[in-house]
Amino acid sequence: MDFASAQVIGAGLAAIGVGAAAAGVGTVFGSFLQGALRNPAAADSQQGRLFIGFAAAELLGLIAFAVAMIILYAR
Amino acid sequence: MHQFQIDSLAGSLSGNPFAFTNSALWMMIVLAAIWLFMIGGMKRELVPGRWQVAVEGITSFVTSMVDTSIGPEGRKYLPWVFTIFIFILFANLMGMMPFGVVPGVHPFTVTSQFTITGVMAIISFSIVLIVGFWRHGFRFFSLFIPHGTPMVLLPLIFVIELLSFLVRPFSLALRLFVAMIAGHILVKVFGSFVVSGLTAEGLMGPTVALLSFVFIAGVSALELLVCAIQAYVFALLTTLYINDAVNLH
Repeated sequence: MDFASAQVIGAGLAAIGVGAAAAGVGTVFGSFLQGALRNPAAADSQQGRLFIGFAAAELLGLIAFAVAMIILYAR
Repeated sequence: MHQFQIDSLAGSLSGNPFAFTNSALWMMIVLAAIWLFMIGGMKRELVPGRWQVAVEGITSFVTSMVDTSIGPEGRKYLPWVFTIFIFILFANLMGMMPFGVVPGVHPFTVTSQFTITGVMAIISFSIVLIVGFWRHGFRFFSLFIPHGTPMVLLPLIFVIELLSFLVRPFSLALRLFVAMIAGHILVKVFGSFVVSGLTAEGLMGPTVALLSFVFIAGVSALELLVCAIQAYVFALLTTLYINDAVNLH
């Protein structure tokens, strides 16, 4: 396999992480909604924690994207 | 990728550290926009108009965020948190504006450069370090040891907590920078699908172009949301890190 095709395959594999982060973000918001519907009075005070969890889950997906870009444009 | 390129508008970039670039120009445009926005809402009328309500909404939003996270001492750090929030918000939104309809003009997203977000993250991190060591001295290191840690695990926990502390500025800067880059590349890729679909022959090309165009409209709306969320997350994490330094758990 030549270098260019290996590069493209590697970038594609690295992009799997972005999909995994999508599952993570979905879990964060879904769990928040489950809790918020059971106790709507407490939901507003937990909004900050919701976005911390979202940021942590999203960061890993963005890192996967950055790795894919680095692999794709490596010389 | 041309939209992320830094060009010099006055002075050359090679060897000259003080060239006036398009990045600097767009930072000034962002500052002018913030200034116009704030000055319009600071008339202190008894019955606020729409503009004043918008400005007061943003200021009270950031103030309540700082108050709930840090507590009564948080007001000292409010200027920095508000600065970072409104600068990131306006810079992100300026990058999404469709200035490209004017020939020869294209918007530049200031926050899509790692140098800019990195400097903001380093300033936030420096505030945490300075405040922490100023207020607590070497007791600041107790931040790395959670309460009730068994003695056996102490060295391991200390190293892990120290690493997660040191990685904070990178994660802060990287998140904003990559989120902006990724969004703009996504819109760019599907924009090129529209162009090549319209020039292609047969029925397939225009169909792909139409679908891509609808997709771009949706993604643009999502990107506006991401712009606001990224500004909020950056400011929120900054207040949480400052809270660590001020209150030590």
